Amino acid sequence: MTKLATGVAFAEFADAVKAAEATAPKTRIFVGMSTCGVASGAGPVYDAIAAELAASGNPAIEVVRAGCVGLCYAEPTVEVQVPGRPVVTLGGVTPARGRELVKELAVAAEPAKPLSVGDAIFKKQLRIALRNCGRIDPEKIEDYIRNGGYVQLAKILDGMKPEEVIATVKASGLRGRGGAGFTTGLKWEYARAAAAAPKYIVCNADEGDPGAFMDRSVLEGDPHSVLEAMTVAGYAIGARYGYIYCRAEYPLAVKRLEVAIAQSRALGLLGENILGSGFAFDLEIKLGAGAFVCGEETALIHSIEGKRGEPTVKPPFPAESGLWGKSTTVNNVETLACIQPILEKGAAWFKAIGTPKCAGTKVFALAGDVKNVGLAEVPMGTTIREVLEEIGGGSRDGRPLKAVQTGGPSGGCIPAEKFDTPIEYDTLGALGSIMGSGGLIVMGQKTSMVKIAHYYMEFSCDESCGKCTPCRVGNRRLYEILERILAGKGKPEDLPKLEELGNVIKDTALCGLGQTSPNPVLSTLRWFRSEYEDCIKNGGVKPPVYTVNDKCIGCRACAKACPVQCIEGALKKKHVIDQSKCIHCGACETKCRFGAIDSE
Amino acid sequence: MGGAGGAIETMELTRMQTEETSDQAKIRELDAFIQSLGLDGRDAAGRRAVLIQILHRAQGLFGWLPEEVQKHISAKLDLHVSEVYGVVSFYHFFKTKPSGRHVIDFCTGTACFVRGIGKVIEQVEAQTGTKLGETSGDGRFTLGSLRCVGACSLAPVLQVDGKTYGRVTPEQVEAILAEYK
Ligand SMILES: Cc1cc2nc3c(=O)[nH]c(=O)nc-3n(C[C@H](O)[C@H](O)[C@H](O)COP(=O)(O)O)c2cc1C
Ligand code: FES
Repeated sequence: MTKLATGVAFAEFADAVKAAEATAPKTRIFVGMSTCGVASGAGPVYDAIAAELAASGNPAIEVVRAGCVGLCYAEPTVEVQVPGRPVVTLGGVTPARGRELVKELAVAAEPAKPLSVGDAIFKKQLRIALRNCGRIDPEKIEDYIRNGGYVQLAKILDGMKPEEVIATVKASGLRGRGGAGFTTGLKWEYARAAAAAPKYIVCNADEGDPGAFMDRSVLEGDPHSVLEAMTVAGYAIGARYGYIYCRAEYPLAVKRLEVAIAQSRALGLLGENILGSGFAFDLEIKLGAGAFVCGEETALIHSIEGKRGEPTVKPPFPAESGLWGKSTTVNNVETLACIQPILEKGAAWFKAIGTPKCAGTKVFALAGDVKNVGLAEVPMGTTIREVLEEIGGGSRDGRPLKAVQTGGPSGGCIPAEKFDTPIEYDTLGALGSIMGSGGLIVMGQKTSMVKIAHYYMEFSCDESCGKCTPCRVGNRRLYEILERILAGKGKPEDLPKLEELGNVIKDTALCGLGQTSPNPVLSTLRWFRSEYEDCIKNGGVKPPVYTVNDKCIGCRACAKACPVQCIEGALKKKHVIDQSKCIHCGACETKCRFGAIDSE
Repeated sequence: MGGAGGAIETMELTRMQTEETSDQAKIRELDAFIQSLGLDGRDAAGRRAVLIQILHRAQGLFGWLPEEVQKHISAKLDLHVSEVYGVVSFYHFFKTKPSGRHVIDFCTGTACFVRGIGKVIEQVEAQTGTKLGETSGDGRFTLGSLRCVGACSLAPVLQVDGKTYGRVTPEQVEAILAEYK
């Protein structure tokens, strides 16, 4: 790659990339090769397709190592883009199916046996942050440029004023996707106004909320969108250096970022005098080391400095005093991934999506007891029900869902009767939860809400940095009370105690971790108080009762799996569980392939 | 001393010597890495900024962070050893105990919790006779945990030596363990 020394050289390069596509359009086979795809066996599928293509020598078809399209439940997934036709998605692809696919495409216009996804999965979605995920090779800068990448950076450097860039981002109404929802344009404006140099821009890629994986998907599937946005932000606020703070648990994301940075430097899109504009910007990756609190921006800054990741009181905000005491702007991955489309399509376009208070889209990660686990990007204001039922396909066992947990350890559980709430920062707040990073942990009827609260308190005790007393000691006390209740030693007066202590921690903790860590307890107490009361009355969580329903075909598989031989019934006859002997281990339910075991 | 005993002792000695030289080689590699970062002329803040990076590299080489290595890094960066230890002990990722030949990390994130990682952990603990956080007596496995590897759609998830296994059931545990001798 040769360095592009001017804006004109870049325009020529971009035109050439597009022209190549126009003169010889290619059929592309995208294999989803993010962490989740690879773990599901996408590697051998890719190899099989590549080998078959090499053998057939068909230059009009190209196989692409792409990121994740978000249909994680159907992995390994393969998408086929025939020029001029809509993309066709295939799920559960094996290497053999991959080879077959190549042969099919040689004779037919479209692959057979597409994944039958309900229309809702795609129709309800609008992919802005995820626009390129799964549809480009993240390790090829040309692919990003072909889809309009770096064109906005070139345009800005060709004479737009920093203030104009900030005004556009501000007018778009984009709010931070890392949790707090602060208006991004305002944040940039404050940083621009800070007098001292140097200034820094930091991408928060710590994604510590367990159950959220949208940032990983963007980093693995479209790393250049983050690099371009950071460079634009650097220009807007007057920073010449940036850091991407990425968690060490994401080795593939780090690798893809490294490749992307090297390519951008080689093309002259990072470094000194970018495209001859006189503007210089470069960045480096900093690895996290497994501490949830490091997602909090002041803690993150200390971690980049090489210190223990302990937070400090705000103000001063990082925009005034951040890295090494200098003005620092921290933006989340998904926030940054929205910048290029906003610049390309205009602030008004973005502002018109979503709701008046929350413009644009939000990516949600669906996990837990939901059928279609994966990623979904929907306009703000979409209801929880639409996301969980129309896109998520409802529960795995077909019964109504019980609750959804949003916002991770800082968020709360929202009960099914509130599922018609439109998703916005404020509406979720009113329900005692938060938007957070967008992780949605879906819970079916079997989940014990007391156990969930206990789980999150264990998490927060573990992750509390220990600097302030309310968080260090208070969370531990909450945890102990829950432990007692679960062990059957709870008392009715424990419940108001949990509430009082929870609220004190929220009011007095130093950083966002402690200020939100009681939310899982408080929200479950608010919506599922009777479960706590039952737990206290019954001496602990009632073990599930397993029964056989009419779907039973009498295959004896459950009976063989039962460690205490309490399942009776002849072959091909409906079985019965002897409740007096059952030890509630659930082995029968795991074993049954026909959904014939109910648990209550 | 009897012939056989002597032979064993000699073997033991050579083993120790090779271990020592391999440790020295690792230190040399670490030093070369530190050298490549170009620390000359940096102030304490500048040297501190690469500490976590160096610890990652050291753990990559040694598998954990022995006290000697922490001291070595502290001397190289001219930072007090208490500061290095303070950082090592703060972050979950850094290990201050050696691991077994294979490291099994369970995801204890929420999606995996809801999807039943607990039963998988119980099964692995039973089959290896080892508790979470410990190393088996024969040094074959160390059981650890991670907070979400971002493959929540495949929950429950575990990693063995960095390789991710998704949708793991207690029944599959035996076969997975058998892959690692
Ligand atoms: C305990 C805690 C953990 C956080 N973890 C993350 C995280 O993993 N990723 C993230 O982007 N923001 C996280 N945040 C929010 C950041 O402090 C910060 O608000 C955000 O990165 C700003 O970027 P944005 O304006 O683009 O959202 C966390 C906050 C708290 C209090
Ligand atoms: S919760 Fe286990 S991978 Fe995310």
